[in-house]
Amino acid sequence: MDLARITLKQAADLLHRRALSAVELTQFFLERINAHNPTLNAYITVDAEGALADARQADACLARGEATPLTGIPLAVKDLFCTKGLRTTCASRMLADFIPPYESTVTRRLREAGMVVLGKTNMDEFAMGSSNETSYFGPVKNPWDHSRIPGGSSGGSAAAVAAGLCVAALGTDTGGSIRQPAALSGITGLKPTYGRVSRYGMIAFASSLDQAGPMTRSVEDAALLLQGMAGHDPLDSTSIDQAVEEYVEQLSGGVSAQERMRGLRIGIPKEYFTDGLSESVHKALQEAIERFQELGAQCQSVSLPTTAYAIPTYYIIAPAEASSNLARYDGIRFGYRCEQPEDLLDMFARSRSEGFGAEVKRRIMLGTYVLSSGYYDAYYRQAQKVRRLIADDFHNAFTQVDLLLTPTAPETAFRIGEKKEDPVKMYLSDIFTINVNLAGLPALSLPCGFDAQNLPIGMQLIGRPLQESSLLRVGHSFQQVTDWHQRSPL
Amino acid sequence: MSIDAATVKHVATLARLRVTPEEVAQYAEQLSRILTLMEALGRLPTEDVEPMSHAVAMAIPEREDVVCHLNQREALLACAPESEHGHFCVPKMIE
Repeated sequence: MDLARITLKQAADLLHRRALSAVELTQFFLERINAHNPTLNAYITVDAEGALADARQADACLARGEATPLTGIPLAVKDLFCTKGLRTTCASRMLADFIPPYESTVTRRLREAGMVVLGKTNMDEFAMGSSNETSYFGPVKNPWDHSRIPGGSSGGSAAAVAAGLCVAALGTDTGGSIRQPAALSGITGLKPTYGRVSRYGMIAFASSLDQAGPMTRSVEDAALLLQGMAGHDPLDSTSIDQAVEEYVEQLSGGVSAQERMRGLRIGIPKEYFTDGLSESVHKALQEAIERFQELGAQCQSVSLPTTAYAIPTYYIIAPAEASSNLARYDGIRFGYRCEQPEDLLDMFARSRSEGFGAEVKRRIMLGTYVLSSGYYDAYYRQAQKVRRLIADDFHNAFTQVDLLLTPTAPETAFRIGEKKEDPVKMYLSDIFTINVNLAGLPALSLPCGFDAQNLPIGMQLIGRPLQESSLLRVGHSFQQVTDWHQRSPL
Repeated sequence: MSIDAATVKHVATLARLRVTPEEVAQYAEQLSRILTLMEALGRLPTEDVEPMSHAVAMAIPEREDVVCHLNQREALLACAPESEHGHFCVPKMIE
């Protein structure tokens, strides 16, 4: 077995049979990171010492027979989750030297389950971007084609999973930042229902939209990782206080893919199959629809009429929340401070101008503008109203169908630099993913084909609130009868 | 929608950002284009629509008013660019 392409499930089996130790597995990935990270730039910080210490503990735990399915699994963590004592930069100069005094709930839970944190992955600065080009630490390369972007903002996590620089990774998704890089890098990524996973210790971008999720080599792995992440957290006031489903058990339920899919109603939103969708993505989606029909699902056209308004809605709400969240970076309590400030105002303005990159400043400006006196009703309040119409569209669709199938991104990975200078063009890359964040729904992206340049194509399954298990079950059924997810750039 | 240089400077002041003359011109052009994209929203009839501020309809949870974090002053001050005698330091404000 090639360890670089091992799934979380396979690795757990090897560890539990003691055919491989957590230290060996961790060393293997640390060596791969050493060899390939200088090219790919997927990690900002590698914690070899900490990872090996975690691995030794995991081995002791395995030896005592106290292991969980996640014990000893090497994990890559997006550099947006605060990790106590381990530098957390959010890919910004503002936090380039920030060492958090506390641990995020998600990483705490996964560490307690025995996972080994290899390091912190690259991303768009403060998660603002769709290409991983806004990082203060430089762009990440797509493992399938080094001249192309891996997607963003969780581009480092996606590249690390695709290139075999970890077994699984954590991402966060505000407008598609897990699903779009998963699609463009040929891996599986899940954005859970808003509130299913705690945001405590995640550096805030847009608080009403942000949600953490797994990025993995299979749907089964996503179920395993989500099981360790999800659940109520009193430290996050928006966390949902409901029991977590048994995602892994519910994947198969002991029946075949056909039996699970029989009678399932899949909606195909017609607004997602219009202009701007590339021919290769369209074709791959058609084939996926046929595959679902062969499995016994009923696919029917549905309409989400407000879809076209999602981009303007999102690019009002997200920057508005960001401008407010990022007001905390003032050069006083943590983060970057400019040299020799003349007075307090000079310190605020220069620390922020020197500490933030161009895209972050653009969004702070935009958010400040739409919230400013005289414009609030015209932009922000109107966007909040349209947000409800978008959420209502999904609600209505789910009275007719069980889940929705769409492309994850309108095209495959574009070239580094191709859209960097044109913010409007870049924002349009999120056209199929941001609706889901506005409505707070769970959505899964999984590989469903390749284009003529051998670049991966992803499809998106969107479910009702808290129906992660249904998405995972359907995605797992698809992966049992296809091998797109097993293809690798290695 | 077109944003002029004076508006860009005003917004930059509100956002506590320092902008160079080149950036003023660039933001004016880019923000104008982005806001043009957003004008589409005004075309939707929304008089009777309740604004949605949160994805999940739930009441804000409350907890008992008890200490849950012990004193972490030293750890938190250690993150600051400059601190002294248990305080954050800033440039002198009052002569």
